[in-house]
Amino acid sequence: MTSSATDPDAFTGATPDNALRDADRAEGPMLAADGTPLKKSLMRALRREKMRALMLIAPLLIFILVSFIAPIIDMLFRSVENQIVSETLPRTVIALDDWDYESGELPDEAVYRALAYDLVAAEAEKRHTRLGSRLNYETTGISSLFRRSGRDIDDVGEVYADQFIALNEAWEEPAFWVGLMASETWIEDQAEWAARAADEENFDRAEPRFRLRDGVAEVLPQTASAYSEFARITQVEDEDSPTEEEPWFPVYMALYHDLIDNPDAAGAYGGQMAEVLGAAAEAAPGFESQDIRQTFLDIEEGWGDLEVWGTIEAFSNPYTAGYFLASVDLQLTPAGIEAKPDNESIYILLFERTLFMSLVIMGSCILLGYPIAYLLSTLPLRVSNVLLILVLLPFWTSLLVRTSAWKVLLQQQGVINDILVWLGLVADNERLVMINNQFGTIVAMTHILLPFMILPLYSVMKTIPPTYVRAAKSLGATNWTAFWRVYFPQSVPGIGAGSILVFILAIGYYITPELVGGTTGTFISNRIAYHISSSLNWGLAAALGTILLVVVLVLYWVYDKIVGIDNVSLG
Amino acid sequence: MRLKTLLLASSGIIAAGMAHSAAHGEMADSMTLVSWGGAYQNSQQMAYVVPYLEMNPDVSVTWDESSNEAVAKLRAMNEAGNVTWDLVDVVASDAIRLCDEGLAMEIDHDEMLAPAPDGTPASEDFGDLIVSDCYIPQIVYSTTVGYRTNVEAWNGNTPTDICALFDTETFPGQRALEKRPINNMEWALLCDGVAKEDVYDVLETSEGQDRALAKLDTIKDDTVWWSAGADTPQLLADGEIVMGSTYNGRLFSLIVEQDQPVEMLWDAQVFDLDGWIIPAGLPEDRLARVMDFVRFATDTQRLADQSKYISYGPARASSAPMVGQHAELGIEMAPHMPTDPANATNTFLYNYEWWADYRDDLDAKFQAWLAQ
Repeated sequence: MTSSATDPDAFTGATPDNALRDADRAEGPMLAADGTPLKKSLMRALRREKMRALMLIAPLLIFILVSFIAPIIDMLFRSVENQIVSETLPRTVIALDDWDYESGELPDEAVYRALAYDLVAAEAEKRHTRLGSRLNYETTGISSLFRRSGRDIDDVGEVYADQFIALNEAWEEPAFWVGLMASETWIEDQAEWAARAADEENFDRAEPRFRLRDGVAEVLPQTASAYSEFARITQVEDEDSPTEEEPWFPVYMALYHDLIDNPDAAGAYGGQMAEVLGAAAEAAPGFESQDIRQTFLDIEEGWGDLEVWGTIEAFSNPYTAGYFLASVDLQLTPAGIEAKPDNESIYILLFERTLFMSLVIMGSCILLGYPIAYLLSTLPLRVSNVLLILVLLPFWTSLLVRTSAWKVLLQQQGVINDILVWLGLVADNERLVMINNQFGTIVAMTHILLPFMILPLYSVMKTIPPTYVRAAKSLGATNWTAFWRVYFPQSVPGIGAGSILVFILAIGYYITPELVGGTTGTFISNRIAYHISSSLNWGLAAALGTILLVVVLVLYWVYDKIVGIDNVSLG
Repeated sequence: MRLKTLLLASSGIIAAGMAHSAAHGEMADSMTLVSWGGAYQNSQQMAYVVPYLEMNPDVSVTWDESSNEAVAKLRAMNEAGNVTWDLVDVVASDAIRLCDEGLAMEIDHDEMLAPAPDGTPASEDFGDLIVSDCYIPQIVYSTTVGYRTNVEAWNGNTPTDICALFDTETFPGQRALEKRPINNMEWALLCDGVAKEDVYDVLETSEGQDRALAKLDTIKDDTVWWSAGADTPQLLADGEIVMGSTYNGRLFSLIVEQDQPVEMLWDAQVFDLDGWIIPAGLPEDRLARVMDFVRFATDTQRLADQSKYISYGPARASSAPMVGQHAELGIEMAPHMPTDPANATNTFLYNYEWWADYRDDLDAKFQAWLAQ
């Protein structure tokens, strides 16, 4: 502290910030009492302070991240997620790579064979119907195609199983299959496990997970893949052991094709196994074979439908733009992106309608709320408090009750029409239609959202000193000029805050439009709610929601550019 | 993917829990049942739950009125790995969807459910009503049309068949129909001259769909579209509409219990089912309790008892002869059942599997048609 002790500025450094600035100005490093450069130790102190502040808000921050931001991101992510196809039909998806929808021909045998392996595994885990529901969103009929095919898939490949077993009964024995397919260490582990399970009483460890024999995947690739899937599902799903279960029929089919492709497979084995496998390889070319495509067509005609295969291919990627396309009335078809037919296009219309009606509701809230807020802010406190309670009263009434009350008022046999008829303004057979249309929705929603406009307006108006208007008038302004040039500009931040609140709330409303909107007064949120709760098409709901969120953010940005977000005040 | 690991981890815990309690063979002492609320849930409470609790005083039962959004909620619970429901009341189409999604447990009806008093196995007693491997039907209800009996503009005519809905000349006035394609499309085709057995074949083609919508177009401007079952009775009572579709139990309470000038048109009533599903992956002790309850609550006597409180037909054939009188009004309930021979002269069978395929597609078309 020697050099700067004489500098008068050094004594202004009472805060860490100032001290930092001083340290910058000093020539050469200024040292703290413990010898570290002052700048460094001050930075450390600052950082500690910031960390402490962060720790204070950490619980809230973590709470919001975990319970709010993360679920929203997770939900939005579903709008592109599509792993279900490639996870349920992994082999089929790969086999389909070589197939071209445009060729107009059905996929070849290899694809149908892959489908058999995939489907029998999916059926064992009950995953095939989920995939069916997923693809049914794209092409009608796939749901029942998968559900029905699941019932018969177990029999595919039975022809081969029968012939192998007729050749040698060893093919029927689970133990023989295990010897053929499992790694030797697994067989030892399993035997040890089985011995302990038989001897010890409270032995509840699960059987060791099946492991494939080294090299079998090269010699008998299809069989290895099908058998290990069989072993996995037997262990996990059925809580059984592959040592006690005969493989599924498609495994025999895989073996047949492997032996045709590689007649020397037995060379990899020794002893009895080489003998049995060798005999099977010799006999295999003489086996009666099964036309697997025809088998599928016999199970369900739908497997002969090009559209079905085109849909599977078009949606085989783990991520898809399909949901977003559907949300803007386009569709992803096997032949590329196409517009939806007119009689199915609805979302663009609903987005436009939602924006338009939300703006109208916002506008009518401003028109109705402004005079009320002005009145509240100018009346004596005692009166205005009572009136404020009236404004708040609807908050304490159920949304459904308020909406139903509007039905009672607005319907054709309702209070308003009755009065109009009684007054003779409207003929009895020409009662006004005021509900189950856009008008009803706008009236009911304006009423429900009005407090969100009045409250920010009121709190802003409360802070506008009445002396300004008086001063303007004393300088010769008319009532209107004084209001428009002096009072109104000061209340704009309240309008801004109220408009944002009302608009954003309106854009996501769905209960009220559902109840009083009829056919012309429903919002996009009604469709989102339908896809979440009825059709279970969460991907489409997420895409629609994402678009809505982006639209709101863009509008917010535009608003910021035009009005300025600093110009918004809640009081 | 994060969710998936969570799911795997939690299912591991559940599996461990199952192994634990299975060894002890315990039954949980509380159950959460999910139903629709209102008069229907009350009938289940009176007919199933009260007698069950008398036999098992240690058990506590909680109701959750969430059947309306059961499908979505169950899926969310399943993904979070925390299913808090034990037994869920859903309509048949939702049960099929839940079963397809793997959210409902597949059951062996003969093993799990009580046989009829004469020993007929449950699967035969329920017969065709078991529309899904996961489904335990309770009641048969129907969607039918109610009409006001004092409409002056009708000049003394009364509707006798379903096509009165489309006959705005003889029967002028507002109608109410459900805001979804199911039932409406079928009725439209029936009244456009399609034979009953051909309806779904015609509806499969896009020309058939256009034809149904064209028929509905003729009454589009005269129709209020409802989405809650309580709407039509209310609109009928207010005189807002002259006829409208709704569930027969709602019309029963409007006509018999509230004595409104309304009659029921049973013609072309569409049968539908309501029943239980058990969520997939329940821990062993809770599952054991639910099994015990379901076996009791779906036996012949209990299903017949439910019809004392609400005018829905029991799903078991063996329960039909045991249907008695209304618990409070003391009137015979049999003539008010949708399955009563006098009411069921012309019925329409709702094709679940067909709608499971075509629901998404037709709903898009129907909503687009509505919005235009």
